[in-house]
Amino acid sequence: MASKQTVSFTLNGVDVDVVVEPRELLIHTLRERLQHTGPHIGCETSHCGACTVDLNGMSVKSCTVLTVQCQDAKVLTIEGFEKGGVLHALQEGFTQQHGLQCGYCTPGMITRAYRLLEENPSPSEEEIRYWMAGNLCRCTGYQNIVKAVQYAANKMSPARTGT
Amino acid sequence: MIPREFEYHAPTSIADALGLLDRFGDEAKLLAGGHSLLPMMKLRFAQPGHLIDLGKIGELKGIREEDGVLCIGAMTTENELIWSKLLQEKCPLLVEGAQLIADPQVRYRGTIGGDISHGDPGNDHPALMLALGASFVLKGSRGQRVVPAEGFFLGSYATLLEPGEIMTEIRIPIRQPKSGHCYSKLKRKIGDFATAAAAVAVRMNGRIVQDVAIALTNAGPCAMRARAAEDSLRGRAMDDASVAEAARLAMSICDPSADQRGDVEYKIAMSGEMTRRALRTACARAGH
Repeated sequence: MASKQTVSFTLNGVDVDVVVEPRELLIHTLRERLQHTGPHIGCETSHCGACTVDLNGMSVKSCTVLTVQCQDAKVLTIEGFEKGGVLHALQEGFTQQHGLQCGYCTPGMITRAYRLLEENPSPSEEEIRYWMAGNLCRCTGYQNIVKAVQYAANKMSPARTGT
Repeated sequence: MIPREFEYHAPTSIADALGLLDRFGDEAKLLAGGHSLLPMMKLRFAQPGHLIDLGKIGELKGIREEDGVLCIGAMTTENELIWSKLLQEKCPLLVEGAQLIADPQVRYRGTIGGDISHGDPGNDHPALMLALGASFVLKGSRGQRVVPAEGFFLGSYATLLEPGEIMTEIRIPIRQPKSGHCYSKLKRKIGDFATAAAAVAVRMNGRIVQDVAIALTNAGPCAMRARAAEDSLRGRAMDDASVAEAARLAMSICDPSADQRGDVEYKIAMSGEMTRRALRTACARAGH
């Protein structure tokens, strides 16, 4: 058996250490060792985006990243969005705009939308559709997901809050 | 889906990576963005005993201009290509091509060097490289060589890259004035490989085609230049008749395999259509 390695990274701001075989995928470490079951296993072939997490400021599909690649990384999952009982603007947007039905794709959608808004705080509808295209939803037809991201963009924009 | 067991190595310099390649030989595979290799390992189509991750090697990253040539580190990601102001200005064909690759998450990981060295006929960079007249820097423990994109792609998953070598840099000559470009790609959905695609770089002299490069994706065992089509256009005006003739000549060299994206006849027809569209758009962008 291949030798195990200790991997240290930050998960939603908390330092974690795991001991894993090199072949372990990040999605399994998150779900099975660290009990972060927000990122979902959908297709396992890097198509659906349900396992999307934020890794060092990039949206990645955690079914196609090895945990050993995450030494010293900053990892953000859906569990890191709500603060002190207050939902993140994106979570609020998905609720208010009915951006989900079954909810299976939602953690990946929100995590991806977070990075999109960090990079482009006021995207056009076309930009939202283009830059969210790595996340599949089989319920909503995407219309309300676009509205949810627009809702969050509006809420988060400095002009709107006057700051 | 879990890959077979392997040992993981994360060297921080090209020299260290080459040392590992020499040490483990056929047992080793290089890991770039991982969005071709890791899926193949999960399906156990690839079962390397040693995985050498190039992700921690800083000297393999970055985009710079040097003496009229764009030098792109092999581990530069697709999104970094898309967001590069330098490439937007000086090599818009590469930016347009990268924008049509896979999906956002894959583009954060997928690299230009990985896409080129993998040798998959469905990958987009090989045809872009042929159309741009690029060359590749290949480093081995006994030195480096620079090879043109033309002749690098030998067949399905076969390239000039030797087992002990790493592609470190992609070099692209900066385009000249009055030139236009287009990458026209037909795909069934976001994230799919091309059913057919054509990369065109053209330089115009008034209404006359001074020079043109046409390269095709997924139209055969590897990306290829449509030489006869190019020859038919040089020195002629770009009009309905000349474009139709060029598309016909491009289709004549296509040898695609039938799959879920279509049968052979359909794919050849689409290669012709992508060639037509790319020529039209490239010509319009050149100002004619």
